[in-house]
Amino acid sequence: MATLAPSAEFRGKLRKKGRALQETWAKNKNEDDVQALVPVATLSKGKHQTTMKEAQSSEEDPGETLKRTLRAQRQRQKKRLLEQSSAHESHDNDDVEKISTIQPQSEDRGSAEKAADPMNLSKPPSGAQRGLGSGIQHSPKNLDDIVTLHLQEKLRAARPASRLQSLRDRDTITRFDREVDHDGAGKHDVPLAIRTRVKFREAAKRAVKGLPTAEEAYGFFTYNFEPDPKDGTVRMSRKKQKQRKTVEEDMGEADEQEDSEVDEDNQDEKIGQSEEVPLVQEEEEGLFAIQQSSQDFLEVKKAEYRGYRKLIQRESELLFTPSFRTVPVAIKLPENMKPRYLEDEGLYVGERPSVSLTNENILENRILKMEEGKKWFGDDGRIIALPDPIKESSTRPPLIHMEEDLDPALQTVYKKALKSKYAGLYISSAADPEGDYQLDVDVSGLIFSHHPLFSREHVLGARLAQLYDQYLTRQHNNLTGHLTDKLNGLRRGLRNMLEIHGGQCLTQAVQQRISEYSLEVQNTRQLRDSEQEKDRTLLKNMVKVWKEIKALREFQKFTNTPYKLCLRKENVDRASDKQEYEDEILAEVVELEAESEMDYQRKLAEYKKQLEEWKLWRRKQKTKKKKRKKKKKSQAQGDTEDEDEDQEVSESEGPAEEGPPKPEPLEKPDLDSIEQQVREKASRIRRKPGESILIPELSASGNITAYELCPRAEKARRDHVAKCFLFIKILYNNKEVSQTDSRSLSTDFRVHFGQIFNLKIVNCPQSINLQVFEEIGSSCSLLAQVFVPLPEPSGLTGSVPLEEFEFSSNQRVMFDHEGVGSDVPLSFEADGSNKQILMTSGKLACCVSWGTGEDGTPLAPPVSQQPSGIRSGLGYFDAVTYIGASGLYDMKKIGEWATQSRLDPNDPKNASIMQLLKVASGGEVTAPEYFRLEQLQQEFDFVTDEELDRSKRLRLLRLRNQEVAEFRNYKCVPALEREVTDEVFQEYEKRLKEGEIIDTKEHLDPHRALVAKYLQKIRESVINRFRLAKHHYHLSDLVIEEEIPSIGILGRNLFKLAEPKRPLKPQRKERKKVTTQNLSDGDIKLLINIIRAYSIPIRRPQSNKPGQSSQGVIQGSDWLLSQVQVRPFVEVSFQRTVLQTTTADGPNPCWNEELQLPFSAPNGDYSTASLQSVKDEVFINIFDEVVYETGVNDKDRGKSVHTQVERHWLGSVKIPFSTIYSQTRIDGTFKVNTPAVLLGYSKERSYGTNGGYDILRSLSEGAFITLFITIEPQLVPGESIREKFDTQEPEHLLQASERFERDAVQSHPDRPCITTVIDLNGKTVFITRYIRPLNPPQELLDAFPSNSQEAMALVARFVSLIPSLPDSISFSGACDLWSTCDQFLTLLAGDEEEHAVLLCNYFLSMGKKAWLIIGTAIPEGPTAYVLTFEQSRYVIWNPSSGQYYGQYDTFCPLQTVGCLVNADNVWFNVQQYTSPMRMSFDTTKAKLWKPFFSRSFSHPGLSSVQPEELVYRHIDKAAAAELQDRIEKILKEKIMEWRPRQPTRWNRYCTTTLKHFLPKLELSGGQDIAEGHRHELQNLLGDNRISGFPLNLPFSEIRPIIEAVYSTGVHNIQASNAEFALAVYVHPFPNNVLSVWVYLASLVRT
Amino acid sequence: MATNNPSMFLLTVNGQIEGANFPEFDNLYCKYCFVYGHDWVPSSGLEEGITQITCKGIQSSHKLIWNFPLETTFKSTNPSGWPQLVMSVYGPDAFGNDVIRGYGATHIPFTPGQHTRTIPMFVPEPSWRLQKFTSWLLGRRPEYTDPKVVAQGEGREVTRVRSQGFVTVSFHIMTKDMKKLGYDTGPSDAWALPK
Repeated sequence: MATLAPSAEFRGKLRKKGRALQETWAKNKNEDDVQALVPVATLSKGKHQTTMKEAQSSEEDPGETLKRTLRAQRQRQKKRLLEQSSAHESHDNDDVEKISTIQPQSEDRGSAEKAADPMNLSKPPSGAQRGLGSGIQHSPKNLDDIVTLHLQEKLRAARPASRLQSLRDRDTITRFDREVDHDGAGKHDVPLAIRTRVKFREAAKRAVKGLPTAEEAYGFFTYNFEPDPKDGTVRMSRKKQKQRKTVEEDMGEADEQEDSEVDEDNQDEKIGQSEEVPLVQEEEEGLFAIQQSSQDFLEVKKAEYRGYRKLIQRESELLFTPSFRTVPVAIKLPENMKPRYLEDEGLYVGERPSVSLTNENILENRILKMEEGKKWFGDDGRIIALPDPIKESSTRPPLIHMEEDLDPALQTVYKKALKSKYAGLYISSAADPEGDYQLDVDVSGLIFSHHPLFSREHVLGARLAQLYDQYLTRQHNNLTGHLTDKLNGLRRGLRNMLEIHGGQCLTQAVQQRISEYSLEVQNTRQLRDSEQEKDRTLLKNMVKVWKEIKALREFQKFTNTPYKLCLRKENVDRASDKQEYEDEILAEVVELEAESEMDYQRKLAEYKKQLEEWKLWRRKQKTKKKKRKKKKKSQAQGDTEDEDEDQEVSESEGPAEEGPPKPEPLEKPDLDSIEQQVREKASRIRRKPGESILIPELSASGNITAYELCPRAEKARRDHVAKCFLFIKILYNNKEVSQTDSRSLSTDFRVHFGQIFNLKIVNCPQSINLQVFEEIGSSCSLLAQVFVPLPEPSGLTGSVPLEEFEFSSNQRVMFDHEGVGSDVPLSFEADGSNKQILMTSGKLACCVSWGTGEDGTPLAPPVSQQPSGIRSGLGYFDAVTYIGASGLYDMKKIGEWATQSRLDPNDPKNASIMQLLKVASGGEVTAPEYFRLEQLQQEFDFVTDEELDRSKRLRLLRLRNQEVAEFRNYKCVPALEREVTDEVFQEYEKRLKEGEIIDTKEHLDPHRALVAKYLQKIRESVINRFRLAKHHYHLSDLVIEEEIPSIGILGRNLFKLAEPKRPLKPQRKERKKVTTQNLSDGDIKLLINIIRAYSIPIRRPQSNKPGQSSQGVIQGSDWLLSQVQVRPFVEVSFQRTVLQTTTADGPNPCWNEELQLPFSAPNGDYSTASLQSVKDEVFINIFDEVVYETGVNDKDRGKSVHTQVERHWLGSVKIPFSTIYSQTRIDGTFKVNTPAVLLGYSKERSYGTNGGYDILRSLSEGAFITLFITIEPQLVPGESIREKFDTQEPEHLLQASERFERDAVQSHPDRPCITTVIDLNGKTVFITRYIRPLNPPQELLDAFPSNSQEAMALVARFVSLIPSLPDSISFSGACDLWSTCDQFLTLLAGDEEEHAVLLCNYFLSMGKKAWLIIGTAIPEGPTAYVLTFEQSRYVIWNPSSGQYYGQYDTFCPLQTVGCLVNADNVWFNVQQYTSPMRMSFDTTKAKLWKPFFSRSFSHPGLSSVQPEELVYRHIDKAAAAELQDRIEKILKEKIMEWRPRQPTRWNRYCTTTLKHFLPKLELSGGQDIAEGHRHELQNLLGDNRISGFPLNLPFSEIRPIIEAVYSTGVHNIQASNAEFALAVYVHPFPNNVLSVWVYLASLVRT
Repeated sequence: MATNNPSMFLLTVNGQIEGANFPEFDNLYCKYCFVYGHDWVPSSGLEEGITQITCKGIQSSHKLIWNFPLETTFKSTNPSGWPQLVMSVYGPDAFGNDVIRGYGATHIPFTPGQHTRTIPMFVPEPSWRLQKFTSWLLGRRPEYTDPKVVAQGEGREVTRVRSQGFVTVSFHIMTKDMKKLGYDTGPSDAWALPK
């Protein structure tokens, strides 16, 4: 456009010149602007300049936000505009808005940014700049302010802008014009406003006409506009000067004015803008009528970009990043100062709290940035810091001497919990449950003696009523009359007395009486006088009040009260009355005279006496004076005695001066005045003679002025009264029990309730409280409380009269009507003097009494039961109420109270207090200086510990809770202490005692007793250790969840479908496991499947008795036939239940029978722990059934044959229940323990030879039995403790071992792998530490010096003789503890691992190659065996039996080999097979054996836990012999005990033979000599049928021996002629290891 | 009033398992049993029982009514181990398998008088997703090894449960000699003083 282009050029030229000018101009501009806009523009100019500058520099951001908000607004508007392009009015608005947006940024951005807005083209930059100051200035305030201000600003900017645009066309008018205009606007605002508007419109029109094209616009924008046109500058600068002056002149008012005026001026527009309604509603329509092009609304905008540098720059203005670097000292200190180090000067400087150097540097840098930052630095250039405040030692006193005598101040004192006052006060205590009590509370009514709503008249009326009441009571009592009568009587009496004795000399007694009489008369008279006076004043007062009422009624012209006082006159006989009056006065006068006379006499006597005394004193005084004078003379002569005498004098002088004063002489009483006085008094207090008696009568018959006739104030009062309601709440023991109906207040301020409340009570009555509530409208306030005394138990309903209880309230109430209020000064005098303050008060009529039942029985507590003290002496008995709760801690107060209330020290109730007082008086308890935590602990203790121990019931409960075995399932602990019998604890206490004193009889050996004790202790500690772990649950313990079938299982299931339904050889199936917690007696059964046996010994033909044996016994030497000649059966005994199979034939019988034995857990406790500790064993005995003919009874054709069945024990297998439980099933062939010698039987020999090695010669010797044992239902065996134990092993070793075991389990889950074990202290120890060569007892080595095999066997036997005790039994948890060899030998008990370790160590010390085998065997389950390598053969040793097997022995009990252990390494079996027969023991082959320590993880050189050498105790033969005798004696007794029906005869000859034989057996190890022995016996006892066998046992206790003997059943022989032989031999080994041989035989004479 | 010095107190529980609210399920039956401490002995009545199967009515679409009476008397010496009623609700699932629908337990109220208890029920959750699916498919939902587990606190932390449904039980409680043994069960006991 033509018009625009020159203007652009023009501007371009001016740019340079204008810049310099702009600065000055802008400054002025800003000042001007700011002043115009800041609402409080009273600041001086200079000040403004500084603030302005600051604002410009720092408060940039708010401007930005503002800009943004405005832009958003504009966008909205733009949109709207495009939508309704026909709405022309809004264009104007739009224009304005666009201008405004540029304002905040215009100064900073410069022209380049201005150009970004295409709409800016028509605005001179100056216009844009104008708004800058204000926007910035006010932006920190809240947005509303900003917006309004800004809108205001916009408008201002808009006006000049449009104007300028129009001016630009004319090329003449410059800014100044506008400025002037603008300034002018302040002076004549309204016309200017119109003017601007007109101009504005013009401008708008013009703008519409000449719109620039886009390019032109762009070109225009790319220019850097200078604020002013050139030609304007000169003028402007000139005019500016001028303007400044004007501005300065107008500063005060104009600015403010302008601001506000402009505000008003553009009000409508502003509203329009902010609410986005069309701006100029009242403008003419044609303003924007011209068609508009799209450019009008299109905004071509460059992408907004903020230069990075600028950003940085701006940020650097705002942000400060403290540097990490150390600040040089010089900066931190004031100039020209050197750092001064106090420490160097020798002063103490505390240690500063440690702060890292970086942090300190940052802090210093930060502080330095601040103003006055330097003050934070000390003289040494460091930040001032206090020394480290943390104390080095704790301030709390150490409590080391806990156990010993504690500081008395620290001792906790038990205080009984304070009972709630009403807690224990049930009347119906257990002793008297029949109690049924009822209190009747009769609330009759209420009268106010003062109420805030009283009118003045009411006040007076109430007073009158009160006085009248008083009068009535006085009248009723008639004290005056009584006294008058009494006086007359006395007088008469006196007169009589005087007349009788008339003038004669009076005796002392009579005189005495007379004086008494006269004194009495005198007193009575005085009393009467005072009463009469009172009567009189009362009457006077009544009259006075009544007069006042009357006056008041007259004054206020209405009547409020119905009171009416009448004075009834009672005429009297004037003469007699006068006579009486005179008489009275006379009598009185006479009396008074007499009295005064007497008085005078008495006083006179006294005076005389005093005078005498005085005179005496005077005399003395005089003599003294004389003396003194003398002394004074002598004083001059000698000094020596002076002082003493002086003192004497002074001493004597002292009292002398205080001598009696001279008594005053008495005056004679004035008798004349007496009469005068009497008369005066009489006239004052008595009615005048002849005056009629006045009797007041108060009636309430007066009329009350009707409501309509009252003045307004009175009406208001009456309204108020009518609104007032009252009710009474009844509180029993401070608990609300009932309340009366709400009754309205009557005009005479009386309320009638007349309600009786029956309270059925349970608690002892403490208090009955009636609360008077006033209800006005909806508000309700407590007016007063009335405490009603509790009735005596005799006070029954009907007999107790209504009582009136006064109450009052100190509430302050004031009214603006006639009501006088309460607690408000009130005066009835005209001048307002004599003010009274009246409080709300009144009387409540009520009574409380004990109710009566329907049949008339009183419902009151018995008199004795009611604690008498409760009511009468609440404070007397209750210390709390007496001294207050806080005082309870004050000993002195308690003591005071105790003495005051005279507590009975013998009353058990007071024992605690007495105790306390004793303590308190005994020694002052000093307040502790310590702060104690948990001082309340004892408060929460249920009972004291002693009580807990003493109480049998609590003890029982406690033991049960502790799960002590005996009480774990104790049912029904008695509720009462006395019902707990002592027997309950007997067993437990016995056990406890046993724990301490081991029964030596049972153990037969003091050493064993000690060991048992030690074992017991370990057991307890371990049990404690595991108690917690037992209560850990797994999900499977609680929730049954089907396992997800894996593909393998699915496949197998599918495969199963193809299986035959009833296979010929059924497989045993896995059963569902049952947790043990829900079981009870009888639920569990032990299933024992006895399948078959091999090589049962056969009967040996009794060669010397041919023809006598029964038909079953086949004679001769027919070996093969004789094999049939054994009829074995199996008997299983478990927990004293005995079952047996059928009898089979032959030495290799097949039973295939299932026996079910019930199982019951000890104490009915089926928990895992309990089951694990079951010590019972399953005895499986094989017997031979022998049938004898006892002879043929051939009397009757010889048909009946009597047979006798005998059974002979052949051997047994023992399986502990714990093994079955932990294994869940036992399946296999077991070697039967057969005695070394079985008399009458011969062992079947296996025919195959096992090769050349002679240790193995007897490997497969002996009988075997195949069994399958399990528990029904299948029980879940206890899991091992899921806990980590302490350890001293290095961490990496533990990790490696964990890894090793985990890998082992993953690859071969069925092979046991152990690398770490738990020792007796509960610590984890690496297994190789247990292996170390240890010397066996020298005796054993000496026995076979040449034959190493024999020696090994002996050593193995020695080890096997150490009793075996499974850990799971001793420790009731499935944890395996390993003891070292010395511990093992000391304890003389252990399970397979200990045996194996010991045996292995012995073999190693004997120079053999030995390993420990960790594997599984039957029947033990997971166990440890020993492997030796000798003569290129591997031999497996069972350490607990001493047996040894070759690698290829089929009957070797070892089934699985998991790993091998020696001192250096652990090898895990990774071969295909686990059975020793099929595997190689060559550990060097890494393919077969995976070593723990390999090249990659070498052996760290673990030291052994074993001792270097074992020390053995020598063989104690004497002890062994003693033990032998005792065992024999006990066994003999037992056998006799087991045969209660028959006599038990002992064959002494046989016994001695057997006794000689036993040592040989021991020496031979039970082999080879049987044959010879048999022959020997046969020879000796030729004609006896003998059956018997020797038993060999390791010795631990006597009980197992007895069990073993019992299980053989030798004693069961029923033959009447049976004899027995018993021999016991105890062979001692070193270290108290004993081998016990018992030879038991029965002899039947045939 | 047999003796003045009782050594046991009696607790009589009369009431009924009124019904249940299982919005999703139908044809449910309920098994109940009492769980009590060592010192408690049931002296009469059924300790365990099983209700009839009930299905929802037409009118009250959510209510399952059993109205199964409970009548048990306990005697005890010790309030510890106060009896708890353990309920387990079963019903058929979509495939007709009998599955657990909820476990719940409540203490027998100890104040004499009438009480109504609404017992929220819950079931153990399968331990993982797949398990959830298979258990749904096979109708073998996880169950407690023993319903009495819900009456004890020990070991519950290892389980995860989901709540479903409510069972309403009403009780009428009578006690005897509790007060004489020194157990005060509240004001209602005091009001029930013998005449």
